[in-house]
Amino acid sequence: MFSLMVVLVLCLLAYVGVEVLGLQSLFGIVIPYAAVVIFVAGFIYRVMGWARSPVPFRIPTTCGQQKSLPWIKANGIDNPFSKVGVTIRMILEILCFRSLFRNTQMSFKDTETGKKISYRFEIWLWVFALAFHYSFLVVLVRHFRFFFEPVPAVIRMIEYLDSFFRIEFVSPVIQVGLPGFFISGLVLLGAVSFLFIRRVLSPKIKYISLASDYFPLFLIMGIAFTGILMRYFTKIDVVGAKVLAMGLVTLKPVIPEGIGGIFYIHLFLVSILLIYFPFSKLMHMGGVFLSPTRNLTTDTRMKRYVNPWNYPVKTHTYEEYEDEFREKMIEAGLPVEKEQV
Amino acid sequence: MSEELPKAEELIQIDHNPPKTGWMDTPVNIRKGMYCYASNPKSVEYLGLPNAREWNPLDDDWKLPENWKQIIYEGFRERLDRFRSVKVFMDICVRCGACADKCHYFIGTGDPKNMPVVRAELLRSVYRNDFTKAGKVLGKLAGGRPMTLDVLKEWWYYLFQCSECRRCSVFCPYGIDTAEITIMGRELLNLIGLNIDWIATPVANCFRTGNHLGIQPHAFKDMLDFFVEDIEEFTGIPVEPQFNKKGADILFITPSGDVFADPGTYTCMGYMILFDYLQKEYGLDITWSTYASEGGNFGFFTSHETMKRLNAKMYSEAKRLGVKWILGGECGHMWRVINQYMDTMNGPADFLEEPVSPITGTKFENARSTKMVHIAEFTADLIKNNKLKLDPARNDHLRVTFHDSCNPSRGMGMFDEPRYVIENVCNNFYEMPLNTIREQTFCCGSGSGLNAGEDMELRMAGGLPRANAVKHVHEKHGVNMLATICAVDRAALPDLMNYWVPGVDVTGLHEMVANALMHPERTETTMDLRGEDLPGMEEEDTDE
Repeated sequence: MFSLMVVLVLCLLAYVGVEVLGLQSLFGIVIPYAAVVIFVAGFIYRVMGWARSPVPFRIPTTCGQQKSLPWIKANGIDNPFSKVGVTIRMILEILCFRSLFRNTQMSFKDTETGKKISYRFEIWLWVFALAFHYSFLVVLVRHFRFFFEPVPAVIRMIEYLDSFFRIEFVSPVIQVGLPGFFISGLVLLGAVSFLFIRRVLSPKIKYISLASDYFPLFLIMGIAFTGILMRYFTKIDVVGAKVLAMGLVTLKPVIPEGIGGIFYIHLFLVSILLIYFPFSKLMHMGGVFLSPTRNLTTDTRMKRYVNPWNYPVKTHTYEEYEDEFREKMIEAGLPVEKEQV
Repeated sequence: MSEELPKAEELIQIDHNPPKTGWMDTPVNIRKGMYCYASNPKSVEYLGLPNAREWNPLDDDWKLPENWKQIIYEGFRERLDRFRSVKVFMDICVRCGACADKCHYFIGTGDPKNMPVVRAELLRSVYRNDFTKAGKVLGKLAGGRPMTLDVLKEWWYYLFQCSECRRCSVFCPYGIDTAEITIMGRELLNLIGLNIDWIATPVANCFRTGNHLGIQPHAFKDMLDFFVEDIEEFTGIPVEPQFNKKGADILFITPSGDVFADPGTYTCMGYMILFDYLQKEYGLDITWSTYASEGGNFGFFTSHETMKRLNAKMYSEAKRLGVKWILGGECGHMWRVINQYMDTMNGPADFLEEPVSPITGTKFENARSTKMVHIAEFTADLIKNNKLKLDPARNDHLRVTFHDSCNPSRGMGMFDEPRYVIENVCNNFYEMPLNTIREQTFCCGSGSGLNAGEDMELRMAGGLPRANAVKHVHEKHGVNMLATICAVDRAALPDLMNYWVPGVDVTGLHEMVANALMHPERTETTMDLRGEDLPGMEEEDTDE
């Protein structure tokens, strides 16, 4: 698979670059800075690009009863006629993946009276998508401990909760000073693996998958894997990592000694992810907020909305119509505007 | 039905496993029975749309303008700049596949290019190649491919195998709406003269005569007069419809299909009986228009501009006649146009009044800006206020289920009004399974201008999920009547039922309303509006 190869080459690149060529400052300073700049600028550019195109018509997908007669119970969330409703709909969409939760799976069954189509509730894509995104978020937030001195209480709290389910590992593996086992990293790796395996095993999903669907999965897999590796299996100098991270955020970058090749692979893959982000489907993170079938009110019969580029069109007027059919209309006893032309 | 149509037992043998070759490497195979004939050049010319000429989709040469690639490119760019929907939907799909088995055409055909995601990818691939940096640099690796004649033919074939029903958009985690993509794709195709005749000719007709079927004013009146005779024969009620009447309270607009073909005609007779009842009991003054004699809008399946050109007649006629507000009949996409487009395109309708039912005094606040009320809302309000004398037992021979039509469902959200009406006019009502009704309803398979005769295989395949759910309640509850509030449904579902579920007939809501309505002048009580004897009513005297 091409995408896997690319990710492996990227890993190799970072390892060789640091370990053999000694390009620590390239991989530890220059590329991360560039990545952040490209990510931020690219993200803003893309969102601005979407925002530049107007929304001429209100086209929400209505997934519930409209507001009509007062005695008919309207569904103000799935058919939001007010801004409050839209807000709730968007929150549910973004935080709970509500639409994906509806997912069903179709299958044909043989019965006595012929084939019957049935639709089964299909929850796994939703479960793993949710697991993936939230564990990613937790992992991301946890990493902020590298960028703050002292580490804020919120992050400590998240770390505490994340490691709440302690898996008793044999003690030599666990790093000194860091308690427990972070469940988020494992969930992330598990969920991303599920998303990958699903793409390979389901013939339908395999059929629709592009190289650009596999690449970010491998990239994230690589990031999670190197992260877990560093934390539990190889000794890395966490203090050194923090020095580097603090240097980056305080704009006084330094390259501490002895933080090892794997760390640089990890950091390089993250940088690649950041760079790749604005050019890819990962932009769904921003796009979901702008989706016109979800983020608009459905009060289009109550209130007039204006299309900024609305232009006059050629219509066939009543006068033209009557001119063509006047005689026939008079004969049929239909009222006309003018008896004669 | 066409002779080559496979038998139902054969058509249901569907392989949903995609082929070994990827979709980009599988050229399109335009197959008889799955496509509609090319548009008649006269219709295209009448509308002043580009590239009017005779052409045949089966020919190699589609007689395109020399610079067609340029036209598509420019057209694409223009639409990206005008519609945020297109731009966002082109960019954010992650190909999670949640939409894949939600499309009735995919379920019914197994053709992987009918998965909504792939249908959209047909356009997205060209978009990436032409408009994104990643696509320009990485080409196929980034999922891009250049526009070619084969790609164009594939667009045409599959964009006319989508009925713009929006079912996939309910399930998409980002709300990507394939209908929106199909609408844009068809707009682009129209720029180089690639429409189908089942759309182009109704549009030309509608532009000229006011309705899709090309019924001229005198003939329109004639047809309604036939119904007057039928109504008198079957019920004894002498109804008197009014036409083009200035100063009427309400203008009524419904799809012309209801005037033209069974069983829509019975729905039309239903409206006429109801209006007559309301006129005689309460003095309600409703007029029909021969100029705005079409509720449907096949312009919607052509381009936004064409939609606007046809839709303009509604407000302009309401203004000319000086009515207070507009009442709309049972139609599917008509109501998406009215609900989501009309006011923006052709409003503001400040010459009309905020709709109030003159009989119940109910303010239709949900329609205070468009000034157009759906007849199911109107009738539900009448029933709720006890303004109709109904005898639901007159529909006791029916065991009814209700098919939610795509557009009133997912482009409006009208679910409970028609159900309330049904429950008050008949005693035997059964719902189909939950995954096949309301916002998850399945298309009849013939929507968005695809209800032609030559694409019958496509229609029967696409209608399979709907038919299969009807079959379920037919076997379980003995359902024999499928009620619906869409004129395309009424035209398409009888064929579909004959094919998959013989023994189930199709009706509009207001046919049942009128059949149950105890009109004071009703002298015949033993027949329904179809002139058929009502079982159990032969001897009974239900007249007052």
